[in-house]
Amino acid sequence: MTDVATTATEHTRRDFLFIATGAAGAVAAASAIWPFVSQMAPDADTIAAGAPVDFDLTPVAEGQIVKLFWRGKLIFVRHRTKTEIKSAVETDVASLRDPEPDSVRVKAGKAQWLIVYGNCTHLGCVPLGNDGAFNGWLCPCHGSIFDTSGRIRQGPAPTNLPVPPYEFVSDQKIRIG
Amino acid sequence: MSGHSTYVPKSAIGRWFESRLPIMGLIHSSFVVFPNPRNLNYYWTFGGILAFMLVSQILTGVVLAMHYVANVDLAFNSVEHIMRDVNYGWMLRYLHANGASMFFVAVYVHIARGLYYGSYKEPREVLWILGVIIFLLMMATAFMGYVLPWGQMSFWGATVITNLFSALPVVGETIVTYLWGGFSVGNPTLNRFFSLHYLLPFMIAGVVVLHVWALHVPGSNNPAGIDKKTDKDTLPFHPYFTVKDAFAVVCFLIFFCWFAFYIPNYLGHADNYIEANAAVTPAHIVPEWYFLPFYAILRAVPDKLLGVLAMFGSIAILVFLPWLDSSKVRSGSYRPAFQVFFWVFVANAIVLGWLGGKPPEGLYVHASRLCTLYYFAYFIVVLPLLGKFERTRPLPASIAEAVLGTSGSASAMAGSVAASPNTKG
Repeated sequence: MTDVATTATEHTRRDFLFIATGAAGAVAAASAIWPFVSQMAPDADTIAAGAPVDFDLTPVAEGQIVKLFWRGKLIFVRHRTKTEIKSAVETDVASLRDPEPDSVRVKAGKAQWLIVYGNCTHLGCVPLGNDGAFNGWLCPCHGSIFDTSGRIRQGPAPTNLPVPPYEFVSDQKIRIG
Repeated sequence: MSGHSTYVPKSAIGRWFESRLPIMGLIHSSFVVFPNPRNLNYYWTFGGILAFMLVSQILTGVVLAMHYVANVDLAFNSVEHIMRDVNYGWMLRYLHANGASMFFVAVYVHIARGLYYGSYKEPREVLWILGVIIFLLMMATAFMGYVLPWGQMSFWGATVITNLFSALPVVGETIVTYLWGGFSVGNPTLNRFFSLHYLLPFMIAGVVVLHVWALHVPGSNNPAGIDKKTDKDTLPFHPYFTVKDAFAVVCFLIFFCWFAFYIPNYLGHADNYIEANAAVTPAHIVPEWYFLPFYAILRAVPDKLLGVLAMFGSIAILVFLPWLDSSKVRSGSYRPAFQVFFWVFVANAIVLGWLGGKPPEGLYVHASRLCTLYYFAYFIVVLPLLGKFERTRPLPASIAEAVLGTSGSASAMAGSVAASPNTKG
């Protein structure tokens, strides 16, 4: 054992092997973690259940709010009255926390139909319809208040109730998804 | 936990085994001859009570898991099946459900004791932080356990708590989807919560081993908050503290059984006997009582992200406590000004808990904000400054003197310092 006089600055083949082995090990460990993370994501079955659903609006009376599910998420279909549309349209958009005019939240010429996700954007509770200071929705959990366009007006929720992707397939029928 | 034990087994088989696995020596030095400060009061028995509760929860939980089904269509009915059909199922479930509450009763007393007597201070910082980790694991375990019966409170509790993560910018929504394994709380969520609810108690047990290990390096703090110096300051763990802890466990069991057998649903919510319904949120949704102070802090802040950060911060700040408190005097017994702030802190925490159960409107919100302010001010303003300004009472010369008066101290002083027990390392 006489050849031990290697100085610290000298790079040897052993240093290279040490770093290369360490790097390969780190990459392998990181790759092995991925399946364990990925299995947490929605599975194929859950995603397949997200196929578009059709909904017939005919039985929904004026002033009524109907609940339905798409992809396991609650959706409100609200048949708005003239007064409700009027108050939603006449709101000063600039004064809103999440400024959106009513017109972008409904389809053109279909202002009576408001279709929004039914979970509060704060922590996911289901707001109660025709309630709160703006007669839109009131969340019973933490007191968020939404107007008749589903826009956040008071309380802790940061954004408006989002509008799901949907289209009118006929005058009285929508397809969500 | 102990370097060198003087333990020698009496039997030949014992000596044969001990020379191959010295576990009896470890138990002997840690739980038989271990020198504890002789002045420990009954607040120090809550560590033992907590160990008992952890074992109790694991036992009842393992048995309940033999009858429970983690599926959204079957979970609710399988719990009713346990209540009605399984022999003693009602008792096991009530012991487990109330056991969770009792676990938190004990841990809050244990934490409050640490706060009052300065048990978090040097040299016990790591011990304290391990305790905070156990507390976090307990909260996660309790939360996921509450989801399993799949009642209305289970479902909406799961929805609200998982949605806390959606407050994080950019990655929040993705994290929530990954937690759910879907686009809302559903079957994949219930399955993984069951798996984790079964796992976490064993992780708690692992951290408890580290907690006890870290405790046995300096030994227990004590009501006088001064270090043990001589043999006169200590008594062996067995029989003095084993018996005292056992007596405290029995008293605690009376309290526990009173809940489990006489008012088993007092701490629960009637809404959880309604099966989960994703279309209707119960009119008044609150978490279990032991989360209420933190829930009140969440609701006190009118901004979603800041509210969530304040709630997590209220627990995370405990990690930094050993470095926030500037006082060199450990025990609150010798800090008159500290005592005032401490008891206000305790009252404040209880009021926060009460506010957490009230609807988030009007005066309740304003009161929550004041209480949240004091909660944080206690850690960030009061403790750092108090140590610099307060006039503390004189400390006793030794633990023996604190117990026996100066006469005890005189004879204690006669004993050599070199005789101080040095069994730990």
